[in-house]
Amino acid sequence: MGEKILMKGNEALAEGAIRAGCRFFSGYPITPQNEVPEYMSWRLPDEGGTFIQAESEVAAINMIYGAAATGIRAMTSSSSPGISLKQEGISYCAGADLPFFYANVVRGGPGLGNIAAAQGDYNQSVRGGGHGDYRVIVMAPNSVDEMGNFPKLCFELAEKYRMPAMVLADGILGQMMEPIEFKFERVDPAKLPAKDWALGNSAGRAKRVVKSYDLREGELEKINLRRMAAYRKIEQDEVRFEAKNCEGADLVVVAYGTSSRIAAGAIKLARDKGLKVGLFRPITLWPFPKKQLAGLAGKAKKLLVVEMSMGQFVDDVRLAVNGAIAVDLYARPAGIPSAEEVMAEIEKACQGIKAAPAATAAAPKQRGRPKGSKNKKTKAKRTVRKRAARKQAKRGRKGGRR
Amino acid sequence: MQQVNKWPSGLVNKPLRYCPGCGHGIVHRIVGECLEELGIRERTVGIAPVGCSVFADEYFNCDMIQGPHGRGPAIATGIKRSKPECIVFSYQGDGDLASIGMAETVHSAARSENITVIFINNAIYGMTGGQMAPTTLIGQQASTCPRGRTVQANGYPIRVCELLAQLEGARYLERTSTHTAAHVIKAKKAIRQAFQNQIDGKGFSLVEVLSICPTNWGLTPLQSLKFVTEKMMPMYPLGVFRTPDAAAGAATEGGAA
Repeated sequence: MGEKILMKGNEALAEGAIRAGCRFFSGYPITPQNEVPEYMSWRLPDEGGTFIQAESEVAAINMIYGAAATGIRAMTSSSSPGISLKQEGISYCAGADLPFFYANVVRGGPGLGNIAAAQGDYNQSVRGGGHGDYRVIVMAPNSVDEMGNFPKLCFELAEKYRMPAMVLADGILGQMMEPIEFKFERVDPAKLPAKDWALGNSAGRAKRVVKSYDLREGELEKINLRRMAAYRKIEQDEVRFEAKNCEGADLVVVAYGTSSRIAAGAIKLARDKGLKVGLFRPITLWPFPKKQLAGLAGKAKKLLVVEMSMGQFVDDVRLAVNGAIAVDLYARPAGIPSAEEVMAEIEKACQGIKAAPAATAAAPKQRGRPKGSKNKKTKAKRTVRKRAARKQAKRGRKGGRR
Repeated sequence: MQQVNKWPSGLVNKPLRYCPGCGHGIVHRIVGECLEELGIRERTVGIAPVGCSVFADEYFNCDMIQGPHGRGPAIATGIKRSKPECIVFSYQGDGDLASIGMAETVHSAARSENITVIFINNAIYGMTGGQMAPTTLIGQQASTCPRGRTVQANGYPIRVCELLAQLEGARYLERTSTHTAAHVIKAKKAIRQAFQNQIDGKGFSLVEVLSICPTNWGLTPLQSLKFVTEKMMPMYPLGVFRTPDAAAGAATEGGAA
């Protein structure tokens, strides 16, 4: 604790996990996350831990399934296509209430895509990802410092709620070097409380079973309802976000991970020009900071979502504000915007605010109110929506050149 | 009076839900007896597969985990490496082990994971209703090869022990059967040896057991036992294929001339 060191994001992630008590890692090589297994293969044996290069991502996640069932802090990492292969095993872990930690250092997709940074795995991450009805806790770092400090949070949350927790990073966060300070004491795995569900050494107690199935009439639903209640509690208690200059801002840029870093640079440029722009960054993507985003509705006049995907993240933002505030989108699917490009989008969005002030202040759409009094506003809102749609279509066409 | 038989402590005392004549019950009992006789029940973790024996987590009286189809050896790897003091066994059928899980089977053997794999080969998919398995014989009917398995359409069945015998890491490989009392005794000896190897830290052990599936073979239990000797054993000869101390051994019983 305390010391600042220069590290690569992937290595910070691995070191952070080890310091958080991780003693089992299995994975399969894939760019741009290879430094994670490489680092683990070097460091884990010295810590009395196990590193296994598995024959496939499928085998890797099932080794995790077995390791996690013994109560050990287990981790795997991969990048987009590899995470797809791991989804069945992640679903089994969720279904068997097993805590473990994994990281997706996202690359461009779909398919083999490319090996550059992207945010196209947003939906896969925040909607569970595999088959069946479940969630995983998703943390989105935007610095090497957070890459190193989030694994501990993930392990703790995973164990608290007995479910998988993940870091959603990308090729930039994995590859770039920055100073990092590990802000926690090293965790001694031997001092972690024993788990009353862990397998092995059944002397003096009844046998334990780890499984994700229950074929008895109505039983699976009971389990899912219990899990659903836990998810509700997580949505209440575990939301993390960062809001910067949002008070008094006309426009709030909403972005996570690498996009939020770029957006922060763009916002600085915009504020230097006198534009009132703030940044809202969800740190947990699930649970999503719905209430906090909805709270911006009465204050800011517009939101601008910046994401390195086609418009996945924006859906959650729009669900959160529920029509109470206009939401523009700057989408770069497998493209990395510059601060200047985002700055140009901010300026465009701010112009929109001046052009149609009535619309941006519009209240959420309410049913059952007398229509006459609201007609004017509704019309104005519709115009803005149309304009936004036209703009978006234009942007889509331009997308190819970017 | 001397007690000559009793319920093994390695098996939960409850009725099995397998079909009449199914071979799983015999192998379950053998494993249950081994856990007791070797005094390892309280430190054993078993892995139930996907297939008919998915419910094995209910039947073995030790800690159990049920996992994704074919991944038993990977799960076993995770458990054994995390808790080396535990005895870990994976119980798998032919579809689980030799089809969807072939990579995990081969690579856990190549790494010589110190685990025990019990492989039930009944040449058919049971749980899903009699589809072709990787070990279904040429000419044998299955619901996905209703006119019988042909080389042209389905290729050849896989001999798992012979395949794994090529690997340095596969330390103990034996194919057994349960179609007569004498063979049951031999199968138990092999399974006991496979657990003993793990206790002794010898590495990857796999025992293949030829087993009957009257329901999906469409035969009576008696006809099924005959099917084992007449059809299965020529394709799948019984014997020891590797031992920790020697390389590939010769097949000792059955085998095509």
